[in-house]
This record gives sequence, structure tokens and C-alpha cells, in this order.
Amino acid sequence: MSEHAEHVPGLAHHFVSMEQQKEAGTVGMWVFLVTELMFFGGLFLVYTIFRSTYPLGFEYGSFLLNMPLGLTNTIVLILSSLTMAMGVHSAQTNKQGALQMYLIVTLLLCLVFLGIKTVEYRSKLHDHLFPAYTTYNPAIKEAEPNNHHAVPQALKSEVRTFLWIYFLMTGLHAFHMIVGAGMLVGLIWMARKGKFNDVYNSPIEIGGLYWHFVDIVWIFLFPLLYLSGYHLNVGH
Amino acid sequence: MSAHSEHHVVPVKVYLAIFGALMVGTALTVFVAQFNFGVLNVLIALTVACIKATLVILFFMHVAYSSRLTKVVIGAGIFWFAILIFMTITDYRVRQDWHVGLGSLEKPAAEQPAAPQPSGSGH
Repeated sequence: MSEHAEHVPGLAHHFVSMEQQKEAGTVGMWVFLVTELMFFGGLFLVYTIFRSTYPLGFEYGSFLLNMPLGLTNTIVLILSSLTMAMGVHSAQTNKQGALQMYLIVTLLLCLVFLGIKTVEYRSKLHDHLFPAYTTYNPAIKEAEPNNHHAVPQALKSEVRTFLWIYFLMTGLHAFHMIVGAGMLVGLIWMARKGKFNDVYNSPIEIGGLYWHFVDIVWIFLFPLLYLSGYHLNVGH
Repeated sequence: MSAHSEHHVVPVKVYLAIFGALMVGTALTVFVAQFNFGVLNVLIALTVACIKATLVILFFMHVAYSSRLTKVVIGAGIFWFAILIFMTITDYRVRQDWHVGLGSLEKPAAEQPAAPQPSGSGH
């Protein structure tokens, strides 16, 4: 608008106004998130086709996962989405201390999630459930009828297919969390330098979009992976 | 340019209400998963997950307050994603032999040990 627009801190010279800059950033981020939707969507499609082909294998495979840890991670991640949203709110209302605090809490929740994920992966490796050729050797139900995490011999290969999909999808999700942690470190660093305020806060808002997207992916992963065999648990 | 939606600050109350709804949805999903309703299980789980995702998109991601351009981009993306899913699934469904094509994973393994027995003399 005015010739002095370039003096507004945070406004790049090729944008007419803060509004235009923010709109461009938001739409750009959503285009990226749509490509992410296609990326994860292909895997959800693979999941759907294999699950309808091997329904029993998927139930038993799901039963092998640690539901309480998956649930804990779901709560941790939804909580981190709330703290991220509160961070955006703090930036928009120019509360510098609150902004830094919420970003740091979001980062900590991210690390808690990744820590729990590591515990889960380690326990799967320990139980010979990582589905690679040399590592996959689960307990067999016929040999160990009292082992709740044993797999019926007839379903051994089908469960392995489920575990490949489990490791692929959660691994890709965890990778997105690690990228998100790096992003949060950058945002915290910028926030500490006082870069954000009620006029300029696009990086916080756009970072928030990424973070919420990763949360949404987990909202679908949790019931599909951890809960589809949970009713088997009640039988014991 | 893009209306007065730009300076919209979502009240904290809205964030807390959405967080509460997401927690209730999670609890409901876990509760229902204890029972075996057959196909209904995955339908209930996906319905709740879709509602949760919609709440996150509309309020945490501010799409409810976004410009029309942003909404069109998201709508087009989700529509294209639906094509990806439905065209592929319907293609699989109309092929009578698609389950046979993927086959039972156990069969080759079960046949292998039986094969050497008749030909005991070797080569």
C-alpha cells in the first residue's frame, strides 16, 4: 500500500502487504501438505488393500502392539497440538514469554513421543518382530499357548506383512516428527530473538500447520494399527 | 485483499474445547475397540478419526477462518485424494481374482517341505 511498507519488520520486499505475504505463505504450506496427504495416502491405500486381503493377520499383528503406549503417544501428540496452537495464539497477541514457553513445551512433547516410539521399536526388535528376513522369528502359538503375544503358525507370514506396514508408516511418521523437532528448535531460536509479534508471525502459524498435519496422520494411524486387534485382548 | 479474516485470533476457549473433543474422541475409539463388532469396528474408528481430523483442520489449523483460496486448495487436494482411493479400491473389487492374485502367503511355504519327499533319489 504505502511506500513505507518495506520498513515493516518481517515483510519481504516482493509483497505488497503483510496480509498478502501471509496468504501466500499459508496457501504454499497447504499445497505442500496436500502432497504429504498423497504421500501418506498411498500407504493408507496399501494398508486398506492388505487388511482386506489378510484380515486375521492384521488383527493378530495389531494385537502384538503395545496399545497403552500407543494411546499415551496419541494423548501426547494431541496435547502438543494444543500447545502449538497456544503458541500461535501467544504470537498473535504479542506475548513473548508465553510464545517461547509453548514452543518449548511442544518440543518436549515431541521428544516424549519419540522416546516412547523408541521403547516400542526396541521391544519389537527384542521379541524378534522386526519383519526383515534375518530378524523375524515370533513366538508360535502352537508351541507357546500361554504366550499372549505368540502368533498362530498359519498367520506368521500375514502378521509379518502387517508389521512391515506398521514399521513403514510409523517410521515415516516418526521421521516427520524428527523434522518437526528441528523446525521447533529453529522457531524457538527465532522467538528468543524477538522476531515474532502480533503483526509478523507467519513462520509460527505455518510451522503450526505442519505440526497439526503430523498430528492428523497419527490420529488415523493409532486406531488402524493399535486398535484393530485390541478386542482379542479382552478374550484373555 | 483477503477480507478481515487475517487478523482473526482464535480464542483460547475454542482451543481448549477442541482439545477436549479430541480427548473424548480418543477415549470413545479405545472404548469401542474392546468389542468385536466385525466390520463396524473399523467404520466407527474411521468415522471418529475423520471427525477428529476435521476439528484439527478447521480450528487448530484455522481453516474455518481462512480465505476462500486456501479452502479451495484444501478441498481440491482432498477431492483428488478421494479419487486416488476410490478408483484403486473399485478396481481391486471388480477383479474377481484379486485375493487369489495376492494369494495366501502360507501356501508356498507349506508346499516346500512336501516337495523333496517323493524325489528321494535326488538328481
